Amino acid sequence: MSGHSARALAASVASGAVSAAEVVEEYLGRIDEREHEVHAFNLVTADAARAAAEQIDRRVAAGETIGPLAGVPIALKDNLCTRGVATTCSSKILEGWIPPYDATVVERLAAAGAIMVGKTNLDEFAMGSSTENSAFGPTRNPLDLDRVPGGSSGGSAAAVAAGFAPLSLGSDTGGSIRQPAALCGVVGMKPSYGTVSRYGLIAFASSLDQIGPFSRDVADSALLFETIAGHDGRDSTSIPAPLEPITPRLDRGVDGLRVGVVSELAGGTLEGFQPEVLAQTRRAAEALAAAGAVVADVSVPSTIYGLSAYYVIAPAEASSNLARYDGVRYGHREPGRANTAAMMTASRTRGFGAEVKRRIMLGTYGLSAGYHDAFYGKAQRVRTLIIRDFERAYRDFDVLLSPTSPCVAFPFGAKADPLTMYLNDVATIPSNLAGHPAISVPFGTGEDGMPVGVQVMAPMLGEPVMYQVAAELERASTDGTGA
Amino acid sequence: MSEPLTRQEVAKVAELAMLELSEDELITFTGQLAAVLEHAQDIDDLDVGDVPPTNHPYPLTNVFRDDVIEELDDIRTEVLAAAPESEDGQFRVPPALGEED
Repeated sequence: MSGHSARALAASVASGAVSAAEVVEEYLGRIDEREHEVHAFNLVTADAARAAAEQIDRRVAAGETIGPLAGVPIALKDNLCTRGVATTCSSKILEGWIPPYDATVVERLAAAGAIMVGKTNLDEFAMGSSTENSAFGPTRNPLDLDRVPGGSSGGSAAAVAAGFAPLSLGSDTGGSIRQPAALCGVVGMKPSYGTVSRYGLIAFASSLDQIGPFSRDVADSALLFETIAGHDGRDSTSIPAPLEPITPRLDRGVDGLRVGVVSELAGGTLEGFQPEVLAQTRRAAEALAAAGAVVADVSVPSTIYGLSAYYVIAPAEASSNLARYDGVRYGHREPGRANTAAMMTASRTRGFGAEVKRRIMLGTYGLSAGYHDAFYGKAQRVRTLIIRDFERAYRDFDVLLSPTSPCVAFPFGAKADPLTMYLNDVATIPSNLAGHPAISVPFGTGEDGMPVGVQVMAPMLGEPVMYQVAAELERASTDGTGA
Repeated sequence: MSEPLTRQEVAKVAELAMLELSEDELITFTGQLAAVLEHAQDIDDLDVGDVPPTNHPYPLTNVFRDDVIEELDDIRTEVLAAAPESEDGQFRVPPALGEED
């Protein structure tokens, strides 16, 4: 059962062929077996999952209509607020905090009948690319326990790769869904900015953050995205328009579609990409061409400035968003301080880890008097350049292709220098800056047999065509014509 | 922006961000932050004076909802229970002007 798709599980539960209780026990059993070595979760919510399963089974028995994900276990990144269930962002500053409300995505999953099995580990406040920055210890890659699962949504990627749940949710500010998906050999998607409500997602960088799905296959990814997407009046950045259905597009093939391989990210300008990763990206492009797509290289020149713009913009927004953690209303407070300011400083100093402090300081510096225009203003203008370059490329191409990550999963401690770690995000960041959707699909293996992810990017609200191409890549990857 | 970052600047930024750094941390962070800023030099060299800034990737401005009263859960108890210290339905903090030892 644990190899089954979410679609198959939901169909079996709905038909009564299997009970939700049996499904949940199966997955909790897998968690029992391997969670001690993987550490995908900050918290496993076994009792609540069993109770939710019983409720689904009662409704099936009573002949009631149940949701499209009824009985399907799901793991949630621990920066999504869950009413009555601790939400930590893998930070000591929020350790023990119990949110008084559910994120909109959590409400929508519950309405669809999905069953939360736990809250997954992350780099503290989603800042990192390896999950090594968690205050509660790293998550290990289920495919090789000596390697990182990627990050920041490493726990969510590992949970799906280890079979702890067929689905999970992560958040992606600069690649935090797609890069761990690539490193763990699963599917991960960052939606268009504004398609999924961030109400109840603990903010990192508000002009970049999006919530998105992890799954074992492309069709489950589309199903989960459709479940959580759609306008929400509680998020002022939520797009007030209906989304085009995706599922009907998945079997359509790619005949005649125009696919551009971004030359800067596929062996051109930017260095540091492993040769096997570049080779698999080329093979993915060839597989799409063999399936009828028109494939050509395309230059998106300003993507090479994405990393620099991102590491000015994201820390600037983070320094503002994280100002709220001051020990007053929630989270950690250092005791024994004589005045409010001293208490706040002590609480923040003790509660935040090194990477979070680095980003807060970087952002504070970039926004401070005398530097604001030189750093933040300039980075925002570069952001416009990147958007313009993408728009130019999308005049000639329906989707763009690149590697997701420059490298396969790396050993713990291999990228201890912060800038070296930041370079992991070089291919994923441009989509965040532009607000465009992008998906990572497993496509063969690279160094030491570890999985490679290929990224399909599309213009704003281009999820349908993006998924159409992703589904073709998946077919090519599994039938042997590609990887 | 081309001047190298100094420890004094990092100490000032830490103070603004309400973070305390040890002498060792100050040295380490200064080096690490300087490396990131040096990497960002590539955008410093770009001439983008006539390019408008992007604040936000989707053109939504002035988002309003209908001004209708909604029933909300009373979560005051839960919110206060999550606070480090509360009193009489309010958040309690140490004195604003208390003297540090």
